[in-house]
Amino acid sequence: MNNWIEALIVLVVLTNLRLLGTSRLIACIRIVAFQGILLGVLPLLFHANDLTLRVMLQAAASTFTKGVVFPWLLSRAVREADVRRELEPIIGYTSSLLIGCVLLGTALYVGWRLPLPGTASTPFMVPAALFTMMVGLFTIVARRKALTQVLGYLAMENGIYTFGLAFAEKEPLLVEMGILLDVFVAVFVMGITIYHINREFDHIDTDQLSSLKD
Amino acid sequence: MITALVLIPMLSGIAAFFIGGNGFRRGLLLACAIIHSGLTVAAWAVRPVSQLGGWLCLDSLELLFLGITSLLFLVAAVYAVGYLSRETPDQRPDVEEGFLFSNAPEATFTGCLLLFLSTMTLVAAAQHFGLMWVAVEATTLASAPLIYFHRHHRSLEAAWKYLLICSVGIAIALLGNFFLVVSATMTRVSMTVPDMIRNAASLDPAWLKAAFLLLLVGYGTKMGLAPLHTWLPDAHSEAPSVISALLSGALLNCAFLAVLRIQAVCVAAGLADFSRSLLILFGLLSMGFAAVFIIGQMDYKRMLAYSSVEHMGIQALGVGIGGAASFGAILHAVNHSLTKAMLFLAAGNILAAYRTKSTAQVSGVMRLLPVTGVLWIAGFFAITGSPPFGIFISELTILKGMLDGHHVFIAILYLALLVAIFVGMTGVFLKMAHGLPNESIRRPEKRESYLAVIPPLVLGIAILILGVSIPRFLKDAIDLSIQALRMN
Repeated sequence: MNNWIEALIVLVVLTNLRLLGTSRLIACIRIVAFQGILLGVLPLLFHANDLTLRVMLQAAASTFTKGVVFPWLLSRAVREADVRRELEPIIGYTSSLLIGCVLLGTALYVGWRLPLPGTASTPFMVPAALFTMMVGLFTIVARRKALTQVLGYLAMENGIYTFGLAFAEKEPLLVEMGILLDVFVAVFVMGITIYHINREFDHIDTDQLSSLKD
Repeated sequence: MITALVLIPMLSGIAAFFIGGNGFRRGLLLACAIIHSGLTVAAWAVRPVSQLGGWLCLDSLELLFLGITSLLFLVAAVYAVGYLSRETPDQRPDVEEGFLFSNAPEATFTGCLLLFLSTMTLVAAAQHFGLMWVAVEATTLASAPLIYFHRHHRSLEAAWKYLLICSVGIAIALLGNFFLVVSATMTRVSMTVPDMIRNAASLDPAWLKAAFLLLLVGYGTKMGLAPLHTWLPDAHSEAPSVISALLSGALLNCAFLAVLRIQAVCVAAGLADFSRSLLILFGLLSMGFAAVFIIGQMDYKRMLAYSSVEHMGIQALGVGIGGAASFGAILHAVNHSLTKAMLFLAAGNILAAYRTKSTAQVSGVMRLLPVTGVLWIAGFFAITGSPPFGIFISELTILKGMLDGHHVFIAILYLALLVAIFVGMTGVFLKMAHGLPNESIRRPEKRESYLAVIPPLVLGIAILILGVSIPRFLKDAIDLSIQALRMN
């Protein structure tokens, strides 16, 4: 089972690098959705020997929200706004990939040195979580389009979720579902806001949102 | 009872989205506010039993913050009814740039306002760190559409910044929550606040430190501590004034409550030196940032927003100093909420009459709007910490805490910043209140409407009472809270 888990984690790391190197918005949405599905399936593998209804329910809810609902909501926003690409990112794609490699190194270094109590199921889990968070934060800072920033937020949330998965001790079901509901509403409200930004400005570049300052 | 406090506004909020009729919705808003405050008063008298296995509980500390929220919401609901009847649904010119804009549908306003109340109640009552996180994030999502009530590009920008910055900040707090779970894995402590405080000594200190740092950054973003406050002036200046009053008075305190709880766990775990120095640093930094931006500020709503950054800094500072200052900080939370809400409501009246937010173009408020003018001047003295208002007492208590703890250097810095902010605000407030109104401003035909002046007036009387003497029940509640948090 551990081989499968590690294969999935490697895929998560690869999706992050792909997110950093892609300019097409639809592709970015699909990558983050794919990442969400991978992470939604992961708990099933952890509990392959003792599958409970709770674990399955949780995995189903998370996979459905991140793999189906979010891409649907976000691609609708892309279609409404009629933008295909993130053309002039604040940090270019090649440099983004290079920075991504540095981030990956940092994540591995920090993740392996963290004194974790108890046994995480595989040594790659925590570094992958840290890397996904860093990529998410980086995407928020390095891209102009409101939509890409939402994707960055989602990647960051995925990373934090992975960190939570790394420990067998879990948050109670109510909290898990609450977190998922919050993320869902957040993406929903951000989607509506993007729609309004597009209508008001005819584009969704957030660096143009700069009339409020001291 | 706790369930009712959360569910009544939530269900009415959802209903407001679907059931038509502006009159009905305004009635629903008022009814909900009255029921909520009635239940809160009842909870003060008879402590409700805790629910969900101790996850939801109303003790002194929780009731104190719930009380502030409920009172402010009641006052704001009365004001909002007057405000909504003044707002015309058709297009009208913007006060700053002159383009035409319209409002969001009133259903969105009322619905989100009620959901906002429900989520803030949940923050106050939640004892489980995870549940509290869910509730704090939900307050952001419920209030973002309120900031974008006036549909134009500035409020849209403010709402986007608010959504993104706070969501990312709160995501960092979620990571902090997981760190907290890690610190407790060895001992099987549940994640509820009283449990963690009781078993704090057995938590892993290194992970707890990291968790505190992340939670402070996360909730500090929401609370408006510098340098994470960047969303705050924009959101407060662009939202309708009644929303600014709630954001500043009730929402920031919800985040403050979250910081208080994690600080209590740190103190109980013997990490007080570490967490206190961080709180003092953030507190002084916030006061410093606020002072820089208040001096020379040209927009009076932004000025009030920066003043909120200042006072959140003072509260963080008070908790960081500890001892008598902890009492001062919690008292300050009460005083600041009431005072700032009053000032924002008064600012709303000024904005409605003068149709500008620029300090340079407003003069003679005392003549044009006599009641609002008096409240504006009283609010100025109150917010800058002059006697006989409540903030004077709480700032003095915090100062006493500093001197008790021999933090002389911090005390000097604290006083210097308070004086700088006082000087920065004096000119603006006095100039706006006195003199003759601009020629171009028409004298309103009627006197000021009751719905616009009674809400801030009630808050003004409250802060005057708090300044003369702290009521017995309030003092007891704060003492009990500090005992529960073990911060004495």
